[in-house]
Amino acid sequence: MDTTEIIVLLGGVASLGFVGWFFFMAPHQVATAVSSSSGVQQVDIVVKGGYSPDVIEVEKDKPVQLNFYRDEDNSCSEELLLPDFQIRRELAPFQTTAVELLPRQAGTFEFTCGMHMLRGQLVVK
Amino acid sequence: MNTPSAPLPHVPTPGEPVNLPLSAGTETATLNIEGMTCASCSNFVERALSRTPGVQRATVNLASEKATIDYLPAQIDRAGLRAAVEQAGYAVHEPVAPVAAGVLGSDEELAQRKAAAYRKLLRRFWVAVALAAVIMPLSMIMLWPALMQRVSMPVLNYVQLLLTLPVLLYSGREFYVSAWNGLRHRTASMDTLIAVGTGAAFLYSLAATLVPDWFMRQGLMPEVYYDTTATIIALILLGKVLESRAKQRTSAAIRALMDLQAKTARVVRHGQEVDIPVEEVRLNDIVIVRPGEKVATDGVITEGRSALDEAMLTGESLPVEKKVGDPVFGATLNKTGSFRFQVTKVGKETMLAQIVKLVEEAQGSRAPIQRLADKVSAVFVPIVVMIAIATFVVWFLAAPEATRLPLALVNFVAVLIIACPCALGLATPTAIMVGTGKGAEHGVLIRNAEALEKAYQVNTVLLDKTGTITRGEPAVTDFIPLNLPPSADQTSVLAMLAALERQSEHPLAEAVVRYTDAQGVASLPATDFQAHEGRGAGATVEGQQVLIGNRRLLEEQGVSVSGATTQAADQLLEEAKTVLYAAVGGQIVALFGVADTVRETSAAAIRELQRQGLEVVMMTGDNQQTAAKVAQQVGITRFFAEVLPQDKASKVKALQNEGRTVAMVGDGINDAPALAQADLGLAMGGGTDVAMEAAGITLMRSDLNGVVTALRLSRLTMRAIRQNLFFAFIYNTLGIPIAAGLLYPFTGWLLSPMIAAAAMALSSVSVLTNSLRLRAAKV
Repeated sequence: MDTTEIIVLLGGVASLGFVGWFFFMAPHQVATAVSSSSGVQQVDIVVKGGYSPDVIEVEKDKPVQLNFYRDEDNSCSEELLLPDFQIRRELAPFQTTAVELLPRQAGTFEFTCGMHMLRGQLVVK
Repeated sequence: MNTPSAPLPHVPTPGEPVNLPLSAGTETATLNIEGMTCASCSNFVERALSRTPGVQRATVNLASEKATIDYLPAQIDRAGLRAAVEQAGYAVHEPVAPVAAGVLGSDEELAQRKAAAYRKLLRRFWVAVALAAVIMPLSMIMLWPALMQRVSMPVLNYVQLLLTLPVLLYSGREFYVSAWNGLRHRTASMDTLIAVGTGAAFLYSLAATLVPDWFMRQGLMPEVYYDTTATIIALILLGKVLESRAKQRTSAAIRALMDLQAKTARVVRHGQEVDIPVEEVRLNDIVIVRPGEKVATDGVITEGRSALDEAMLTGESLPVEKKVGDPVFGATLNKTGSFRFQVTKVGKETMLAQIVKLVEEAQGSRAPIQRLADKVSAVFVPIVVMIAIATFVVWFLAAPEATRLPLALVNFVAVLIIACPCALGLATPTAIMVGTGKGAEHGVLIRNAEALEKAYQVNTVLLDKTGTITRGEPAVTDFIPLNLPPSADQTSVLAMLAALERQSEHPLAEAVVRYTDAQGVASLPATDFQAHEGRGAGATVEGQQVLIGNRRLLEEQGVSVSGATTQAADQLLEEAKTVLYAAVGGQIVALFGVADTVRETSAAAIRELQRQGLEVVMMTGDNQQTAAKVAQQVGITRFFAEVLPQDKASKVKALQNEGRTVAMVGDGINDAPALAQADLGLAMGGGTDVAMEAAGITLMRSDLNGVVTALRLSRLTMRAIRQNLFFAFIYNTLGIPIAAGLLYPFTGWLLSPMIAAAAMALSSVSVLTNSLRLRAAKV
């Protein structure tokens, strides 16, 4: 095994570790909903190659309004799915789409793009 | 220019300071007036408006052709103002009303943006194709040694680089931007794979172009992969173009539903007929519908009669006869007559809006079958990146020194490019979208993907007799004439009876009227109508007393019932029919047997269900004998008789305890617990709201063929989903190892990244095409 091969091997193993850590272990950006005067819990979410924040905490039995601002026109993020709430919504590019729902149960519910590539979580407490 | 009008006491000319106090609740409207040619015209319009009740102040500007009106919304509305202008002899030009956002608000802007994005995508695709078509032959020059000698290698590489740059920076830009955005969120998508794959091929080629000497010193040929980079981008864009076209069609059904809505309605306001946008129609408005027109919204007929085509909502292909008091629904088509109806529902409350909402919700739901695919796609891309890195390392270590770098690179790129998370992601939702949309076209409303999946597993169908197998409304089944007076024939007696029953609103009387109408009897006047609560009714027709009712009524009125009559009546009672006694002039003339009748379509539909291998079971509140008769009539062998409403759910449970997966079909409120208990509940005939809530599938059409359609459609949809998932899994599990070069030691096969790109582009298109096949399926 020559030096180059050792370098490639070590580099490869290191990149494998990095990819695994980067996608699976790194911490997520968490946001807690802010209740407006009318009692609606609001969260602003930017959609650009992903959802930021991508973990949203809300309280049970209070109406929630998620404001998705889609900051791109890449077709990947054009659909938003909240399967547990039976919501499929098209997000217009460079516009805010408000999604309203009423969480009745505590738990963690996923929201994703149409192809399930981009994902976020709605944590109901 | 302002209107030079003589100021009326309460109409100040524009420009004049306005000090008139406006009453609270005043609203201001601006109308575009057409047809004004001079100052006196505008003067006239202004005065006409000012005199209209409810108008506080009106000013008309001739130059801008606009009227500004302050009015009291409690007394008059925009349409009324418009009528006033039109009455004055001028026209009002209505600007296109902004579409209200809502269930039925078709989002024009969204559609426009999507169209623009599609055009941009097409442009990017064609640029990539055009340049790739030039780069490809250039890169092949090295295959002809004779040509190679005349062309300088470095120059050729630079030319290819210049041609590839636009492909990368213009056509492929989105992949890199999106991949970068994703990385910032620690997510990876298909774009990440393409960006890393083509990026690696390009950067290697760039190095080989700029510093070929370094490669030479390492004992490597400075090979370039510009053709690979450009072709991959062109092919992936081709896939995206096809995908975007196909995706449009998956949601075509719901768009078609939304487009069904009428745009305008002709309503009566202040005695005037005016056409107004459908958004302005309010509750209790009277709407006029002429033959060939669409019904604007939901309501009840107040005048006239007609046949309406309701196929768009119910899937029922025959027009439905409607008369005063019958409900009409928005988006249905008026065929023959003119009628007026009073609006009972507008906007989101209408049947059409409810259907659209239900379909949209169903399309947003997720099928349990997809859980595995979801789990896989959640980790798919990072895993593929890791496999690609491993592939690179293994090839670099295993291949001969002279070729190890290019081989490692090519296989690294091929793995990244062939992997297709999209096919996995598209497999279920596209089929569900097409399936639920197709269902809506046929009056089958599927609540969610889970209901579809359940419908697929059903092996027993339990029918609640009343309202499903039978019509659920009484009809005359027997007419037995008895000792008719010598002067009268059967038809004239029927005409007299009809005259009486037309006055009554009892459901049994309606059944008699339907029967006599079908016999085509003459219409006679009836006087002295009297309803005898719980017994029947009487009236005077052609000078004779006519009575129809139960035995008690006749006895009370002193009409004798002979032994023969009693015998005939007992015969009818034995058949579980209701008996109506008819008397004319104190003599019994006939008996009517009235019963709930079996729909003509029931027997055929049940046969079809049985042919599909489903066991059909009936349940009813009727006695054993009647139940057996109906069951035999429609070809059912197993039934539950004398089932009390509260026991329906337990019958469902009994079947489930036999290990069956039960679909329960019912129509009424007391079916709701049974519908909920069943593995799949089907509410029929539009159903009550409660039944719809409890049901997985709602059938708009009132016959059992809807059940056949619903079950067949779910089977087809589930089959498409299974095929899609199978294909997506197989494609990736075979494609990735082949691209990694796993077959190389045995067969010497290596996958060119360009072939990988073509396969990847086609895989998601194949899944979409398979889902779209459902559209053409016969259900």
